[in-house]
Amino acid sequence: MKHNIRLTGTGGQGLILAGIILAEAALLEGKNAIQSQSYGPEARGGASKAEVIIADEAIHFPKVQESDYLLAMSEKAYEKYSAGMKDGSVLIIDTTFVEERPNAKAKTTYAIPITKLAIDATGRELTANICALGVMSALGLVGEEALKKAILNRIPKGTEELNMKAFEAGKNAAEA
Amino acid sequence: MSDKKYLRNDKLPHIWCPGCGNGIVLSALERALEQANVDKDKTVIVSGIGCSSRMPTYMDFNTLHTTHGRALAFATGVKLANPELTVFVIMGDGDATAIGGNHLIHACRRNIGLNAIVVNNNIYGMTGGQYSPLTPTGMKATTAPYGMVERNFDLCELAHAAGATYVARGTVFHAKPLTDLILESMDNDGFSMVEVLSTCPIGFGRRNKIRGNYELMEWVKNRAVNVKAAAKMSEEDLRGKLLIGRLYSEPAEEYTKCYDKIIEIAGKEAKR
Amino acid sequence: MSDIRLMQGNEACALGAIHAGVRFYAGYPITPSTEIAEIMAEELPKYGGKFIQMEDEIAGMAAIIGASLTGKKTLTATSGPGFSLKQENIGYAAMAEVPCVVVNVQRGGPSTGLPTSPAQSEIMQSKYGSHGDRGAIVLTPSTVPECFRLAVRSVNLAEKYMTPVILLMDEIVGHMREAIDLEEERKAEVYDRKKPDCGPEDYVAYAPDENGAPVLAPFGAGYRYHVTGLTHDETGFSTMVPEKVERVNRRLVDKIENNKEDIVMWEETCTDDAESVIVAYGGAARAAREAVELLRAEGKKVGLFRPISVWPFPDKALTALAAKVRSVFVTEMNDGQLAGEVKKVIGGKVPVDGLFVMDGEIMTPQEIADGWKGANQ
Repeated sequence: MKHNIRLTGTGGQGLILAGIILAEAALLEGKNAIQSQSYGPEARGGASKAEVIIADEAIHFPKVQESDYLLAMSEKAYEKYSAGMKDGSVLIIDTTFVEERPNAKAKTTYAIPITKLAIDATGRELTANICALGVMSALGLVGEEALKKAILNRIPKGTEELNMKAFEAGKNAAEA
Repeated sequence: MSDKKYLRNDKLPHIWCPGCGNGIVLSALERALEQANVDKDKTVIVSGIGCSSRMPTYMDFNTLHTTHGRALAFATGVKLANPELTVFVIMGDGDATAIGGNHLIHACRRNIGLNAIVVNNNIYGMTGGQYSPLTPTGMKATTAPYGMVERNFDLCELAHAAGATYVARGTVFHAKPLTDLILESMDNDGFSMVEVLSTCPIGFGRRNKIRGNYELMEWVKNRAVNVKAAAKMSEEDLRGKLLIGRLYSEPAEEYTKCYDKIIEIAGKEAKR
Repeated sequence: MSDIRLMQGNEACALGAIHAGVRFYAGYPITPSTEIAEIMAEELPKYGGKFIQMEDEIAGMAAIIGASLTGKKTLTATSGPGFSLKQENIGYAAMAEVPCVVVNVQRGGPSTGLPTSPAQSEIMQSKYGSHGDRGAIVLTPSTVPECFRLAVRSVNLAEKYMTPVILLMDEIVGHMREAIDLEEERKAEVYDRKKPDCGPEDYVAYAPDENGAPVLAPFGAGYRYHVTGLTHDETGFSTMVPEKVERVNRRLVDKIENNKEDIVMWEETCTDDAESVIVAYGGAARAAREAVELLRAEGKKVGLFRPISVWPFPDKALTALAAKVRSVFVTEMNDGQLAGEVKKVIGGKVPVDGLFVMDGEIMTPQEIADGWKGANQ
């Protein structure tokens, strides 16, 4: 079983960190994982893409060719990366920024206002990436416990409570 | 030259031309090191590429003859890796101010404990007399056959502005004061630079119709005005002259000592 | 016990270097290698080591050579443009036989090229980039744990053979994250530079040891000697005597060539029954590894030959393999730089084809498989 995941949006949304957390959570469960990214010259505002591959077997080729899971957190990212979705795959869009529309390749679409939920839950737009991980926890890619542990490993001290709130908000929205 | 304690006497005679100032700089340096009674094993002499950069060959220390312009960067590695070492860096004017200019200003800025000696003979001697940033405007070089068209640096002002904490200028005519300046520069715990106005009779003097070695020495002497005497001279009289003597001495904390504090902070962090 | 972490190749490289005893780093920031400098800045002072960000790439190279002469193990990291700038002083380190490690996390070129995208176009530069002849040691990791392992090995080989060693990474392995078991990797053996076994009176700085390498005493230890980039004899002082000139130049080549058995590294996958072999290294070898699986799934008996030391090239191993297969297929992220060496080694015994990409993206396993099929119809 091999899951190809793309987390896409705008630089500064914390998607690379989200990718790292997702991959680390998979390692915590004894699976194999690879995380990679591509980015332009901008530190903030440019297109951002993090890729994660999670598998039981060894992973050699480090890049996602067609996504089994696509998270799009900006309209531009949706336009750019929806073409790379596998037929019958899962699409997650942050409706705060991405307009909901039919997608023929998506077997399941989660249209969730991720950033808005994060702001509502924590008052901080910065926690949107963790809220997105909450959404992803509902997809069964990695267990909730491992994800939470990985989040706590990688976020700044003192922000644990805030981030857990964002995580729960995402998870609840996905399960609803 | 009779046997000297700090020289590799078996490597002499040197390669320099008759009338070249390098021998005078070498003996001034040798005398200063002897007077300071430095430990040969704990002293490193670094140089770049050029006539004056051959000097370490003749000196009985840990000697490091590096690449053109990069002597200060090599020396920074030596000093930071082992701050117990006394490190001299010998460069020519082309070496220190053209290809190595960037390293010079940053060594000054860091105030790393190096003793730099820039032997300024106003020319690239080893390659046969091309102009350097310190070839006086209007004077000739093989690459300035109609006269040097560019302006010069005032090297000492440059070093001071960049942050050197000891800056002095001497000449090969004033050999004894040169020894004293080098000796004094060693007392500065930080970056010290001594510029030495020197002679290149073949590459510079001959081409500029300063024919004899004596005449070239006179030319060097006449360019220089002691900083104390200059205080009483008019601007008119000082035009085109270079001040010699100790020009700046403004002690500040030395770089490797500052870095030791970083080690202390990081060490505490690691234990936590 | 294991200590499994998710880690970038650049991070693993820095930690490997520290494990190997590197205590001095000088460098200049450049994408995609900068994480190595950042980690060294944070970690080295914790070990009493030193980090300095120099004014330029050239100075970074110069400073690690100076520091190495005081007996410290040293490393710098850079990428394409910086690697070009460092070449003169890399040659100096080779000539003056000063051990140090230069990490080059390759990005797209020429010139400023693609700062954030991978390439493998410094295969030739890593050996021939500096003027003059010399033996070169250049290692290429394919995985994150291998970045750690080869950082250790680069330092060890530099200290053993008294030479600059190039750790030739690429943006793929430098920036990707995967699992590494630090506990396991930290069992790697560390080699320490030899010290003179005689007193200063009998010391001849550049007299070669049994490996053909000199034993350079640390500056400050009481052995005064001369170090120069000029061609020199065994005393370290410059010479123009033809026999002496030939002797030192020959030795700089031979100390690597004659110890090839000790230095070369390669890996073979599925080569036992292979009728054709794909040659790939570094990040691109990961795509090639999957291409082998794709082709095997179609019943094609294909294996993978992965040079880990690209210089010295594992020529004996490839020659042995070439005697068993009907074709060789090279894939790399350049215009066929290592393919030239492969062809030289194979010497026309079997056809050598390849897939060479220069678009700033790693080739896919399917592209390699298709390329192989095109060449092996």
